[in-house]
Amino acid sequence: MESGFCSPRTEAFPAGLRVLVVDDDPTWLKILEKMLKKCSYEVTTCCLARDALNMLRERKDGFDIVISDVNMPDMDGFKLLEHVGLEMDLPVIMMSVDGETSRVMKGVQHGACDYLLKPVRMKELKNIWQHVFRKKIHEGKDVESYECMREIQMIMSRSDEFDDGHQLNGGELGATRKRKDMENRRHDDQELVDPSSSKKARVVWSIDLHQKFVDAVNQIGFDKVGPKKILDLMNVPWLTRENVASHLQKYRLYLSRLQKENELKTSEGMKQQDFTCPAGSLGFQTSTLIHPKDAANCDLKYTGNNMLLIDMGTRICREADKKGTVSILPMDLKETSTSNFLDSQRANVSSQTILSRPFNYQSSQSNTTSQKWNEAPMEQFKQPPKQEPEPYALLEDDFSHALQSAPQHLVQVDLQCSAYSVGPGTAVPERDKPGSVMITPVRSQSRSNHSQIVNPETSDAISNFKVGMKNQMVGLNCLNDCEPIQQKIFTVGDSSLGSQVGCAYTESIGLQDIDLLDYYNSELIDELETSYYADLGLNWDNDCDSVQNPFVDQSLFTARAEASGVCYPG
Amino acid sequence: MERTQQHRQVAHMRQSLFDQGLLDEQFVQLEELQDDANPNFVEEVVTLFYRDSARLVLNIDQALDKTPLDFSKLDSYMHQFKGSASSIGAKKVKGECTLFREYCKAGNGEGCMKTFQQLKKDYAVLRKKLETYFQLARQVGPVETACRRK
Repeated sequence: MESGFCSPRTEAFPAGLRVLVVDDDPTWLKILEKMLKKCSYEVTTCCLARDALNMLRERKDGFDIVISDVNMPDMDGFKLLEHVGLEMDLPVIMMSVDGETSRVMKGVQHGACDYLLKPVRMKELKNIWQHVFRKKIHEGKDVESYECMREIQMIMSRSDEFDDGHQLNGGELGATRKRKDMENRRHDDQELVDPSSSKKARVVWSIDLHQKFVDAVNQIGFDKVGPKKILDLMNVPWLTRENVASHLQKYRLYLSRLQKENELKTSEGMKQQDFTCPAGSLGFQTSTLIHPKDAANCDLKYTGNNMLLIDMGTRICREADKKGTVSILPMDLKETSTSNFLDSQRANVSSQTILSRPFNYQSSQSNTTSQKWNEAPMEQFKQPPKQEPEPYALLEDDFSHALQSAPQHLVQVDLQCSAYSVGPGTAVPERDKPGSVMITPVRSQSRSNHSQIVNPETSDAISNFKVGMKNQMVGLNCLNDCEPIQQKIFTVGDSSLGSQVGCAYTESIGLQDIDLLDYYNSELIDELETSYYADLGLNWDNDCDSVQNPFVDQSLFTARAEASGVCYPG
Repeated sequence: MERTQQHRQVAHMRQSLFDQGLLDEQFVQLEELQDDANPNFVEEVVTLFYRDSARLVLNIDQALDKTPLDFSKLDSYMHQFKGSASSIGAKKVKGECTLFREYCKAGNGEGCMKTFQQLKKDYAVLRKKLETYFQLARQVGPVETACRRK
């Protein structure tokens, strides 16, 4: 917001509230402008949603609240709402002449903090500042920011001057603060709380936490999901409904964005684009991860969990087909990839895969790539390679070739996810960062090795994190650089990790190093192991203990099938 | 006094618009927004409404001429129109919009057309009346146009 928390605006609050009004109806725009001006707000009007978004993006801190009509020609009001919520995290009020319950519900689901019916009365507009204030309070709770609290206090002190009395009295603020303290204390228990950033102890959505969230969402059913239900299911005492609500909102946006991106990339040659990501949670219910028939001979022995990267974009799991090529199994990802979910800044992330199973990193936990997965641009794991039969060809002797053909879409580490889970600012999993493992197709990162895997400590946390996808194939992006490991892996399983997961590794395609997010839950892995790998005839018998976490081992990802002479079940 | 009589006339005219169900509370809201900064606010808004909604009316007319009727499109146009009409408090017109939309939902083309004809009539009548009203009000002076003070 303002540069200082003692800005004049704060002192005058709610006067001077910066409102952006978006409505394609010029008559309403004029009326609303006048009404808001009368409330002493600073009004900016816009008749196109696109313009509004641009304005918001240009002036990142230029507005306090957005009021938007639901029906607009260039963009659906709900979409705008999502964008604003995710990108700018501003409160958005929806308006419409249509007051049907379903519409209102949709608005709320998309994150609207209020839904006004037209004709809008001035008294309704008078109180919109409460949404801004409420958000501030919540931020104050989460972020433990002195500035925030000061601002709130200032606002509160002015409330005494209000004619209507104050909505929040000092006692409430005290209560708020107390709650905040409690929450902060709880934060310590959270994983992924970076001690160095304790100042900003927002709710850190650790992998574990996020996994719980995703599980809850999946359990409820994405369409019926709601913060309260999720919260109840998650059973995390210190988590508040608001935390869940905002997380859910972002999640939805992320998924839908991912879907869009994937759809866009479809033209890049993705065949099976059937991407329906209904704003799902990370828990995708992909239809089939791996085709058992293909994974006939895999005999993977994972010590841990297999990591499945789901190529959200393609929803396809690559599986090795008889010819020893990895084909992609269409995954019916109901939910969109989570990749975009978290980090809208990861521009490069095109399709993200989500690790569906926790990794069991045992040995090579190398370094979790310090890739800050949150920085790593997602590889373009776009959708399934054009060549259907081939694409993910993890050919026995030409693994890299296979990889090549396998478009990046495979491995999509869900950077976002991890990013998300660790909080926006958190760096990616360093070794010591619990649960920060994320498979991220980080380009040229983790050159050194394979260690993008999660470090063992985190595996517990990670294993908890179930992406909730049962059959998700994750396209793994093989890390390129795990030379040594690769070999190992390949030897091990004889199949590139990719094949295990049925992902095409785009290893030599300049794969990025993947930061594996230890998401996988063991069931998934088990499933994989038995079916897929079996079919694949892969031999996971790796000697490498280090390959215990096969997935995690980048080498796995590095589809160096040839190195190991991976044999794909034909 | 002449002036008083004029004032009374204006007030009476205004009241009748409400009594006849042509206008609703929203119109009063607009009047309340009128102030020194925007002394002709209400008139400006009404003018803007009629200008903007003209194209909607045209769209609907054209859509009604097509066969077969695209009800969802018609409904969508009417939804917009209704939103606009609500902005000035055009009560009767709004009611017709609702009726029209119901016919759309029922797929009743005939009903749609009839309703729309009526709607256009009322829309035009309101315009005329408001124009007269504003003219008179301007003559009399702004004080009388709003019966409530801000």
